[in-house]
Amino acid sequence: MTLNRLLCLLLLFGLTAACGRENENAAATPSFYAAENPAALSDWGMLAVKGGALRISYGVTVYDLATPLFSDYALKLRTVWIPGGAPAAYDAKDVFDFPIGTVITKTFYYPLTENEERNKVSAGKDHQIIDSALVLDGLRLIETRILVRRADGWDALPYVWNEEQTEATLKRTGAVLPLTLRRNDGREEMFGYLVPNANECTGCHATDATAKAIEPIGLKARYLNKPSSFAPGFNQLDHWLAKGLLTGAIAAPAPRNAVWTDKAEPLAARARAYLDINCSHCHNPRGAADTSGLNLEPDAEGPALGICKTPIAAGGGTGGRAYGIVPGRPNLSITLFRMETTDPGAMMPELGRAVTHEEGVKLIAEWIAAMDGACG
Amino acid sequence: MRVVIMLAALGMLAACAEKSEPPAAGDPSYQETLMEQLIDAAPGDVIEIPEGRFSFDRSLSLTVDGVTIRGAGMDKTVLTFAGQIAGAEGVLVTASDFTIEDLAIEDTRGDALKIAEGKNIVIRRIRTEWTTGPKTENGAYGIYPVQIENLLMEDSVAIGASDAGLYIGQSKNVVIRNNRAEYNVAGIEIENTTGADVYGNVATNNTGGILVFNMPNLKIPGARTRVFDNAVYANNTKNFGHKGTPVASIPAGSGVVINSNDQVEIFNNDIRDNKTANIIVASIFSSELGEGDMQADFDPYPEGIFIYDNAFEGGGDNPDGLDLQALKIAIAGLGALPDILWDGYVAPGRTPSDVLCVQNGDAMVVNVDGPNGNAHARIVSDGAHDCAFEKLPAIKLMEPLAE
Repeated sequence: MTLNRLLCLLLLFGLTAACGRENENAAATPSFYAAENPAALSDWGMLAVKGGALRISYGVTVYDLATPLFSDYALKLRTVWIPGGAPAAYDAKDVFDFPIGTVITKTFYYPLTENEERNKVSAGKDHQIIDSALVLDGLRLIETRILVRRADGWDALPYVWNEEQTEATLKRTGAVLPLTLRRNDGREEMFGYLVPNANECTGCHATDATAKAIEPIGLKARYLNKPSSFAPGFNQLDHWLAKGLLTGAIAAPAPRNAVWTDKAEPLAARARAYLDINCSHCHNPRGAADTSGLNLEPDAEGPALGICKTPIAAGGGTGGRAYGIVPGRPNLSITLFRMETTDPGAMMPELGRAVTHEEGVKLIAEWIAAMDGACG
Repeated sequence: MRVVIMLAALGMLAACAEKSEPPAAGDPSYQETLMEQLIDAAPGDVIEIPEGRFSFDRSLSLTVDGVTIRGAGMDKTVLTFAGQIAGAEGVLVTASDFTIEDLAIEDTRGDALKIAEGKNIVIRRIRTEWTTGPKTENGAYGIYPVQIENLLMEDSVAIGASDAGLYIGQSKNVVIRNNRAEYNVAGIEIENTTGADVYGNVATNNTGGILVFNMPNLKIPGARTRVFDNAVYANNTKNFGHKGTPVASIPAGSGVVINSNDQVEIFNNDIRDNKTANIIVASIFSSELGEGDMQADFDPYPEGIFIYDNAFEGGGDNPDGLDLQALKIAIAGLGALPDILWDGYVAPGRTPSDVLCVQNGDAMVVNVDGPNGNAHARIVSDGAHDCAFEKLPAIKLMEPLAE
């Protein structure tokens, strides 16, 4: 604090405004817990609720992805914090190599349809982070997941927000929260929002099913390579380099996934970006779904991508259809069925989705419809 | 006298009340307890699940090596997932050195017990069941170990799976013995697995009894399975699998089915009353799967299939599907098809005796001439299968499962 003030004085003409805001916001001090799992989210000091807003602590960086994972229309606030100034090492394909002590948070929240009805949420647009804070009026915070890089690897910890929206507490067994979703056209449906338990975290985050180690998923070059939403005018990767969060030689052009909603981008690029972030944590040549022979990473093609591929162990997941993808025939393609269904025994992804992502389904349907060829 | 009767009546009431308490749903409060135990498990732990009926609305999962889950018996400790709202399995294990024994998993939405990518796995006296009979809506697999090295599955029971009751996929060094599979589409299915001994099992009332398959587009093909000392009878349940799945093209009334796999020995089994055929040997071209795209190096031809010393009885008398019916009438008239049905596909440069050898008394082979659209379907009379392959060695489970 003293040092902070001193800095403010020294930089009187430069950053006083920033310092003032920072003090006002002084939410908490980020901390790394090498072994202990604190019961309260606020103990980590990454985020704290103050003055009706979820405030992001000084030194904690907010980021987003070009195309995010769909999670029952929940909105997400993502942060990364690295203690002590050692940056993460860049990698063109795999997740960046973050140093011990790194803490990543992802907060899932919804806009409420009516303020008094805490269980009625809507499929809204992301809310702006202004002055490192998310104003909570009209929102409901659901859960914050922490990924922490410890000496022996990453650990995943789910925290569930309380009714008062003041604190989230560690809930290693997860939870199912009954919610009603109001879609953009006004249709409503009830669903059980799943907060994964600590083992279920592994289901997605052990992206190499042989190594079984938990890894972050979104912190890869191709997902992060986009104009920064939080440092206007910067590319997000450049911003991280400038901030000292990232190091390494980035060969131009860095890999880049499309924004799935950006119609200026090619349809195939949007579809592949969507399948990549939603599926390839399991459907990669080393992932949990390598048992199926279906690979949905950006470079997969032919039967590995599902084209005219017969299923291996899909069970009811086939939806009575013969091939993963039938070019030109989305309604004959298993891929689409598994995205549409909400039967836990047949749906994809297996976890973290209870309602159908109709906009995502539409994108993949358009992509398959535009393919040439036939099966059989 | 009157008092005595009244007392007796009261006693009976109490007994009735006690008796009618446990059935139906199950105790939901145990979910949190068990989930916590699974999350906190450490190598060497034994998680004991007491006698009782417990209900779960989410999958249970275990990611720690060296753990044992033990119930009080497959009819005493019952985990029911009838109200499941999330998770593709009942129990999902992604760990090695794992043993699960003496419990039942019922009515899951997807697979009942899946164990993926591990070594040294023991599955013992487990029952997986869909309790409302064989239905397409049932979950796909009962007991589903996949990508396992060194696996023992014994004394277990699988009932009502809409795909395979006991499904062993992409594994190595496997012993499947003394299990019972009933009313599944496939009773026991060995797929893309290398080195499996399948013996002492009972497969009955499935659509197909015991299947040994190779599927395309997977990393490793399977080979070397021995199917012996099993009772495979009356697997005549109508196929209730999901269209598009590998088992959906299995005709009802199939006893033992080999598809595109190599070096499979079928001997000393009691195989009877499977109405399509007691044994079917086929290439992927004879299933709907043959129409899909497959990786270039996939071998679609079964080879080195050796059938000997089985006891056959009945079967082949009422094959499933119009094509097979017509074939039967053409070949056998009102009689039955031979015990062994072969689709007739041979790899270029190979002969029928590279595919199939039979040393089984008077059991006959019908070659249905799949490559020519059944044009020359015939009972093989030229001795083409009167040959033998070198017998496969027994599977030895490796440490720590070695016996």
